[in-house]
Amino acid sequence: MATKVHMEALSPTMEEGRLVKWNKKEGDAVKSGETLAEVETDKAVMELVARADGQLLKVVVQEGTTVPVGNVVAWIGKPGEKVDGDGAAAPAKPAGTVAAPPAPAPKSAPQPVPQPVRQPAAAPADATRVKASPLARRMAQDAGVDLKLVQGSGPGGRVIKRDVESAPARPAAAGATTYPVSRVPSPVVRTGVPYEDVPLSQIRKTIAKRLAASIGPIPHFFLTTEIDMERAADAREAINKQLGEQGGKISFNDIIIKAVALALMQHRACNAWFQDDHIRYWNEVHVGMAVAIEDGLITPVIRNADQKSLREISAESRELAGRARNRRLKPEEYTGGTFSVSNLGMFDIEHFTAVINPPEAGIIAIGSIVPQAVAAGDTVSVRRRMKLTMSCDHRVIDGATGAAFLRTLKQMLENPLAMLL
Amino acid sequence: MPTLTYRDALNQALREEMQRDPNVFLMGEEVGVYQGAYKVSRGLLEEFGPQRIVDTPIAELGFAGIGVGAAMGGLRPVIEFMTWNFAILALDQIVNSAAKMLYMSGGQIPMPIVFRGPNGAALQLAAQHSQAWESWVSHIPGLKVVAPATPADAKGLLKSAIRDNNPVMVLEGEMLYNLKGEVPDGEHLVPIGRADVKREGKDVTLVCHSKTLAVAQKAADQLAEQDISAEVLDLRSLRPLDDEAILASVRKTNRAVVVEEGWPHAGIGAQLVDLIQRDAFDDLDAPVQRVGQADVPMPYNKHLERAAKASPEKVVAAARRVLYLD
Repeated sequence: MATKVHMEALSPTMEEGRLVKWNKKEGDAVKSGETLAEVETDKAVMELVARADGQLLKVVVQEGTTVPVGNVVAWIGKPGEKVDGDGAAAPAKPAGTVAAPPAPAPKSAPQPVPQPVRQPAAAPADATRVKASPLARRMAQDAGVDLKLVQGSGPGGRVIKRDVESAPARPAAAGATTYPVSRVPSPVVRTGVPYEDVPLSQIRKTIAKRLAASIGPIPHFFLTTEIDMERAADAREAINKQLGEQGGKISFNDIIIKAVALALMQHRACNAWFQDDHIRYWNEVHVGMAVAIEDGLITPVIRNADQKSLREISAESRELAGRARNRRLKPEEYTGGTFSVSNLGMFDIEHFTAVINPPEAGIIAIGSIVPQAVAAGDTVSVRRRMKLTMSCDHRVIDGATGAAFLRTLKQMLENPLAMLL
Repeated sequence: MPTLTYRDALNQALREEMQRDPNVFLMGEEVGVYQGAYKVSRGLLEEFGPQRIVDTPIAELGFAGIGVGAAMGGLRPVIEFMTWNFAILALDQIVNSAAKMLYMSGGQIPMPIVFRGPNGAALQLAAQHSQAWESWVSHIPGLKVVAPATPADAKGLLKSAIRDNNPVMVLEGEMLYNLKGEVPDGEHLVPIGRADVKREGKDVTLVCHSKTLAVAQKAADQLAEQDISAEVLDLRSLRPLDDEAILASVRKTNRAVVVEEGWPHAGIGAQLVDLIQRDAFDDLDAPVQRVGQADVPMPYNKHLERAAKASPEKVVAAARRVLYLD
């Protein structure tokens, strides 16, 4: 009996995936655990691995095609085994997609654009059916937990009471639909066509969904402070000079992440998740840092940032940002942050506000460091200054709470030695 | 409160009801001169005389039929079977006459009769004398079935059975007759159709009756050592079942194990599972498990017999399964 290869949920929020590339072709021998294909999820490009030994009998989903999680993308079995025509279990063969290619296609002809495989919305494959105990189902409904995102610990992955109890509440995911993948059009659009409709890519969809779920329901308020970065800049220069050829220079962003983490340790009230019926105050600090990537942004997390040295933070953030841009982050690397930092200083943005990344309760938006004339006593001196704005979830953080945290942060950045305390 | 054996609690119930109502009489094999095969009727012949404590020949169908006739005539017979294994011979009177008389007479002829005796396996009585008949008698519309597990419940349920105007099957247990427990003096009635939480718990409900109460209690002790809090629900009545109590307990614990004496196929446990899955579906975190007798005639061999019966170890294993611990 041949085994179906399903589009798997490779990220916690993935509802569909685009088959980027087949690493195996029909007829290849495959072993369980071997990478079959690369799949673009809503966050990154991930590997789809074989769950059975045998031969890749049939590829059902062509490269470039997006299918919902759970759809059959290929079959693995014994050589010569038939996979089609065995009733409802066989994947529907979409007319036109797997049809014989135009036989005498000239060599220079462009590759035919693969059509998305359209599967009937009903009759989901095994992988999409969430097995859950009746109680777990009811509890999940009451708590607004999406069962598809809960890891079941019962037999066969059945979601049971204890799994729902330990799952964070989330808004239920919308039904899966098929979208072709897209890219932002290049800057020059002089084609005579007045506009171009670009369907939402996986990551844009996720951004749209998550941020609309933030700015709408979360009562944001904003606190801005201006920080004198003169000493921090001096310290940074000195450190980088000393590091010299060892490389791994420290950025302002690294210093800010470290300062934010240390300040959060003193202000646990801001290091928290809003969880519908309770607030989870974290004893660990995991700082998410917003990274702009092609067609979106993502927030890799520096874990236990308070315990890491500047060099460690620097190396880790550079490495994470690099992989974020290549869309090679693993789900656990961009989830679980307790607070976030967003920096647009390098774009010469002096001041902005950032949208909270739920369930976190706060995010800090960093502007550029600008030399300013500052009155100091009777004289005016030019000093490097930076504006910083904190967005707070008022359900968790009150004005004075946020202000107290910002004061500590400001003290640390204005006097970097305070971080040694 | 005085402590009595199960047998003396039944004796007390019989004596009190016979003193209270001259229409009540006891009939069966060896109930009189021999004072009962298990001494349940000790002293009754002396007190009430041979008119009301009637020794019969070994003829179950015959004396069951006499009992049905006496009930039709307005008396309140208590028919003792030496064991329920022998009652198979009397099933025609029980099922065709006693159970249907009120119905087929259009409500004109009530049937206030009690059939009682030990049910289920004792020790090494072999296949023909070790059978648990609760699912057979519970199957029949028109019969009520009780299966007390403690001396107090034995007294209270037998008294209620004698006063009931319908045929009531009282399932006792040879291994229960020596069980001691506190029994209220005098007017102590346990209503038919009311289960009893014998031990409160929150993680899993062990549904039991008759001899399996002791099995469930031992299992609950072992589970407690593993930090699992088991609720022990003693059904006491098998027909009617106390649906509300069963569902309330399952809704509390979200998990159930049925511990029964009989064979699994079409057993009492199947009826309970039907009720629970239908009316507590959304409260279940795991499929209901059943522990009962192995699906074979009871072996005579001591070790095989032990292996065939419900045991605390089997109940613990089932409880761990519904808790997803194994």
